[in-house]
Amino acid sequence: MSFSIGSLRQAAAKTRSAFRDRLASVFSKSELSAEVWDDLEEMLITADVGVSTTENILGELRGRERKGQIREIDGLREGLHQELVARLNQGISALALDDQPVVILVVGFNGAGKTTTVAKLGRYWQQAGKRVLLVAGDTFRAAGGEQLNIWAERLGLQCIAGQRGADAAALLFDAIASARARGFDVVLVDTAGRIHTKTNLMDELGKMRGIAQRQQIEVRTLLVLDASTGQNGIAQARAFRDAVGLDGIVVTKLDGTAKGGVLFAVADELGAPVRFVGTGEQPDDLVVFDPEAFVTAVLE
Amino acid sequence: MFDTLSGKLQAVFERLGQKGKLGEKDVEEALREVRLALLEADVHFRVVRGLVDRVRARAIGSEVLQSLTPAQQVIKIVHEELVGLLGEPGKLASGGAPPQVIMLVGLQGSGKTTSAAKLALHLKKQGQRPLLAAADPYRPAAVEQLRILGRQTEVPVHAESAGDPVAISRAALQEARSNHLSHLIIDTAGRLQTDNALMGELQRIKAAVSATEVLLVADSTIGQEALRVAETFHTTVGLTGIILTKLDGDARGGAALSVREVTGVPLKFLGTGEMLEAIEPFYPDRMASRILGMGDVLSLIERAQQAVDLDQVEETRRKIRSGTFDLGDFLEQLRQVRKMGPLDQLLGMIPGVGKRLAKAGEDEAGAQDELKRTEAIILSMTPVERQRPELIGGSRRRRIAKGSGTSASDVNRVLGQFRQIQQLMRSVPGTGSRRNIDLGRLFQ
Repeated sequence: MSFSIGSLRQAAAKTRSAFRDRLASVFSKSELSAEVWDDLEEMLITADVGVSTTENILGELRGRERKGQIREIDGLREGLHQELVARLNQGISALALDDQPVVILVVGFNGAGKTTTVAKLGRYWQQAGKRVLLVAGDTFRAAGGEQLNIWAERLGLQCIAGQRGADAAALLFDAIASARARGFDVVLVDTAGRIHTKTNLMDELGKMRGIAQRQQIEVRTLLVLDASTGQNGIAQARAFRDAVGLDGIVVTKLDGTAKGGVLFAVADELGAPVRFVGTGEQPDDLVVFDPEAFVTAVLE
Repeated sequence: MFDTLSGKLQAVFERLGQKGKLGEKDVEEALREVRLALLEADVHFRVVRGLVDRVRARAIGSEVLQSLTPAQQVIKIVHEELVGLLGEPGKLASGGAPPQVIMLVGLQGSGKTTSAAKLALHLKKQGQRPLLAAADPYRPAAVEQLRILGRQTEVPVHAESAGDPVAISRAALQEARSNHLSHLIIDTAGRLQTDNALMGELQRIKAAVSATEVLLVADSTIGQEALRVAETFHTTVGLTGIILTKLDGDARGGAALSVREVTGVPLKFLGTGEMLEAIEPFYPDRMASRILGMGDVLSLIERAQQAVDLDQVEETRRKIRSGTFDLGDFLEQLRQVRKMGPLDQLLGMIPGVGKRLAKAGEDEAGAQDELKRTEAIILSMTPVERQRPELIGGSRRRRIAKGSGTSASDVNRVLGQFRQIQQLMRSVPGTGSRRNIDLGRLFQ
């Protein structure tokens, strides 16, 4: 399987087919029976949208039905589309990268796909004409630094790495000095995976942010979230937001059958915008997130 | 958000309790809470439906409606159903000529490489002689990662910098055989279950090394997708067990239940931390408690029974009833808690408390210090002061602070805590007389 073109449409093809089967059965009914509502609920919950967000969405739709705004199946489909898009549109604005250099912290749960995402983002901004410096801030995992170094070599990017067990904040300090001296635009920092309930590890991220801010450097934080994550994704996003702020989410591994439905719940509860979608293992398998296209692809 | 199922059910039944006899409709309302709790724990929709149906059948017309404590009865039934679904405690297949070949398979980022090293260390501690094999030539530095972990655990690693995973696995088996090793653990590359080419590769590896165990490594935070992943891995490769990873966070791990229920593949191990020792065999009752957000009440009770002097408990109960519970008794309580083990572990076992106090509990050393300080402060009081803390004014407070090596504000804090506990005890309804203290209420 290859996603060399890496279009969202392609990535969502499997998502779509799984969703479509169920949608087809939901929307094949001729009237809005109780069964249709039940099916819709099942469809949203099995897509990891979560109970409360599903209830919110269904509540909105039922309200519209009562007001006579939704009368038949097509209206319900349209209404669902609008509800889903509206959730993802919350908090959407361009990720500002005007300052030079700007530090981008890439954070997330263990195994979410941070290192691969850092490589892909490096490639993305490199192609946009930015001078990108990679920082292998995962000094905990065995060979975490090597992994990013290999990517950097393949992509022709500069990479700063420390010894295993080194202080990631100190590494960032050096990276900023180097970025200033050598004129890099974007300092893209990989961090060690961490479980969001471990306060000491979360504090460490706050320290990294503080290191940059004390040097008057703008910091953006991107959370990497695995598309197959269930309701725990909400707790993850909330904890990372509280620890280091959240300028956006990168969803990874959206090339399987996982629907990434937890994104709707995260958006609903936190209003954090999704910025990018990872769609495969190649460095080009990254696309800018487009709520309208995502929902269309999912519901088509 | 963090309400536990027991708390919610308690609330439902309390509301209902006021109208007298409970009916089937009331049970429905409780079942709604059960359903929500399971879905929020990422148990699959269909599995939830089946489970709720079974709980309904057992609840209606049974002991629940007559019971004085319907909430506990429902929880008990749900818990039993979950334990039943989760199957047996996990252990590795044994027998046959060594080496036993264990393959670890799964999605990208589920924790295969770390689990491979943990499993190797686990076996080594049991006196076995495992060999690790790196069969992931795709992810950059994956082989290097396993090599480093092998050095850390002092377990040999069969690693080739390039090549075909099937050939690597075959060569590793040869190495394990000629060195008379007990186990070969093969770390395979992460793959999507939809990737036919890579799924075929797993089939070929399995055939080439006649694996006795094919373990699916699954992230405990996975959502409803878990079912499809496990089903596909099971039908194409044939799974013999599951390792559930990253359980040291707050993920409930409900996916485990779905996978077990639908594929019948048993859970064998749990990954519970970043350290290489952090792997433990799976126990169905503990997992059921976790899914329900109940904490590990059983282990807590076990420990409490070992540590607590029952006569003392009766004495404390009498004092609470008669309103003579004083600082001396408070100290005795603290000491009993300390006898039960590290605080953070205890907190994690108490339903609803684990999360709320996670911060306090995480700083284990700090928490123990805190207990010691409190003990010193109370010991620096005279017996009369312990019985009548209202006597403690500025001068006595200074003396106590000096005697215990703390500050006046520390003394105030302990007195404040004691007052809060006194109030809490007064607020527990029916203490002693009507029914037993309802722990669930204390922890809501």
